[in-house]
Amino acid sequence: MSNFANLVVDESTVILAIETSCDETAAAVVMGGNDVLSSVVSTQIDLHAQYGGVVPEIAGRAHLDLLNPVIAQAIRESGIDERRINAVAATHGPGLIGALLIGVSAAKALALTWEVPYIGVNHLEAHLYAGLLEDPTLEMPLVVLLVSGGHTMLIEMRGHGQYKLLGRTIDDAAGEAFDKVARFLGLGYPGGPAIDAIARTGDPRAISFPRAMMHDGLDFSFSGLKTSVINYVRNNPAANTADVAACFQEAVVDVLVSKSRKAADLIGAKGLVLGGGVAANSLLRERFMEMCESEGRRGLLPSRAMCTDNAAMIGSAAWYRWRSDGPTTLDSGAFPNLRLPLLDSTWARGKN
Amino acid sequence: MLILGIETATERVSVAIGNHEGVLAMFEVTRGRRHAETLTPAIEFVCQQADIKLAEISVIAVDVGPGLFTGMRVGLAAAKVMAQALGIGIIPLSSLDLLTHPVRHTEKLIASVIDARKGEVFYALYRQTSAGMSRVLEPTTGTIDELLIVLSERAQDTVCVGDGAVRYRDEITHGYPVEFAESSFAFPSSAALVQMAYARAVREDWVDPAAIQAMYLRQPDAEINWSTRHSGPGGVA
Ligand SMILES: [Zn+2]
Repeated sequence: MSNFANLVVDESTVILAIETSCDETAAAVVMGGNDVLSSVVSTQIDLHAQYGGVVPEIAGRAHLDLLNPVIAQAIRESGIDERRINAVAATHGPGLIGALLIGVSAAKALALTWEVPYIGVNHLEAHLYAGLLEDPTLEMPLVVLLVSGGHTMLIEMRGHGQYKLLGRTIDDAAGEAFDKVARFLGLGYPGGPAIDAIARTGDPRAISFPRAMMHDGLDFSFSGLKTSVINYVRNNPAANTADVAACFQEAVVDVLVSKSRKAADLIGAKGLVLGGGVAANSLLRERFMEMCESEGRRGLLPSRAMCTDNAAMIGSAAWYRWRSDGPTTLDSGAFPNLRLPLLDSTWARGKN
Repeated sequence: MLILGIETATERVSVAIGNHEGVLAMFEVTRGRRHAETLTPAIEFVCQQADIKLAEISVIAVDVGPGLFTGMRVGLAAAKVMAQALGIGIIPLSSLDLLTHPVRHTEKLIASVIDARKGEVFYALYRQTSAGMSRVLEPTTGTIDELLIVLSERAQDTVCVGDGAVRYRDEITHGYPVEFAESSFAFPSSAALVQMAYARAVREDWVDPAAIQAMYLRQPDAEINWSTRHSGPGGVA
């Protein structure tokens, strides 16, 4: 095994990153941790839409077919020669095992071919770095609100790789609630963008849905809200779908933003960062930034392209991990249930 | 003309380097860790022990299935990106074809049978001819009973090979009298891969890595469920 221990990781270090944890096949070239030279995402949403969710076997097949062109395009668009690539990174968890293995196998094979290190990346950590790409100089500690189809977490980021969990959902993830409500309202898949779009034409004050656990610490619960929406529509079959969507979205955003504010107060955050697929939601973006402004704290919004799964954030997180922990060995595999590494281990057993 | 062979379509992980002299180096393991953990170190080990750099490889031969989907894609993903990075082609070979290699010196019909799980097998039939091994039945998915019907209809002396033959040995023997290959030939090997690929490599009969397709021979479960749900009586389509 080659010894990469003496390699210097600095501002000129170039990483090719691969992301295949779910239904996006992505590759990116990132220099120095924050300079995104290229980011290519090939989404499979159309392949899965008719099933109302991601089908693992279909995702695996699509990743295998899309991998070569996506990697080739990322290298081409970066404008750098592939001999300049100093390491190859891939998401190694959490995610769908069959999907993760494709990116991991490809990254390790490329690392071996080019005689450079391989770096396995935690997908959740990468989502935290998506926001930091906008301004890597932001002072710590930060509060990161990570909201996606699988996760809803408030994290205190004390430094690179140093996380403390402040709060998390006790049932459904926020994105999961969006998907379920959208499916119930017949708005299609994926649910987030569908609700975002129709809510614009609805009255957000038409119906008052509950804000669960609003005053109980920093944890979240969205399962009751989803049930309230379903019950309301069953009892009021003539209800305007746009109003229902707008009021549901209002309730979710209200809770997310007010708990983020509380978390920032609690730790004296220098700034707040939004991350994850739900961070692409227009109302959440608007309210999150309004709150940051009114509180006098820096707020960072990843661009919409950096909210959903992409490989640029993988390349960024890989650079910081490589710098602190060194490369990952080539006999490493994929970890479908990987969690965010937390400083406070009493939280580690809880649902992220 | 150095050929790197990558085999992960069944429970076995097997890597070999070969040339006109045959197999130069090989690593093989049929139990233990998962394919993705083993494959890259196996390639590295074989290259190191044979004192060959990956840049010297002329073509990659890979088993494209049928087999176990997740493991199969581990080898395919590695082969495809390596070939792309090295600027070389890929020679795709089917696991069912590879199984015939160690039992090729026979006049009998050869039945390659791979365990497809869920009560099914992937199978194909072969016969040695003056022009070499030829498929007399293209790769198919079916139950063991369906395979037995195929064999009974042909009523020929047959050798069965593959992990499907090992698993369903009793059922097959009961349904149609056949001979069985040694169980050490139950899984395809990268040795067969580099040897069978050699003739094609000499002819430069290879494929662009991006164009390589897996041979699944089975739809994803969701698609099967979907089409039955949407075509049967009472469907919601
Ligand atoms: Zn994600």
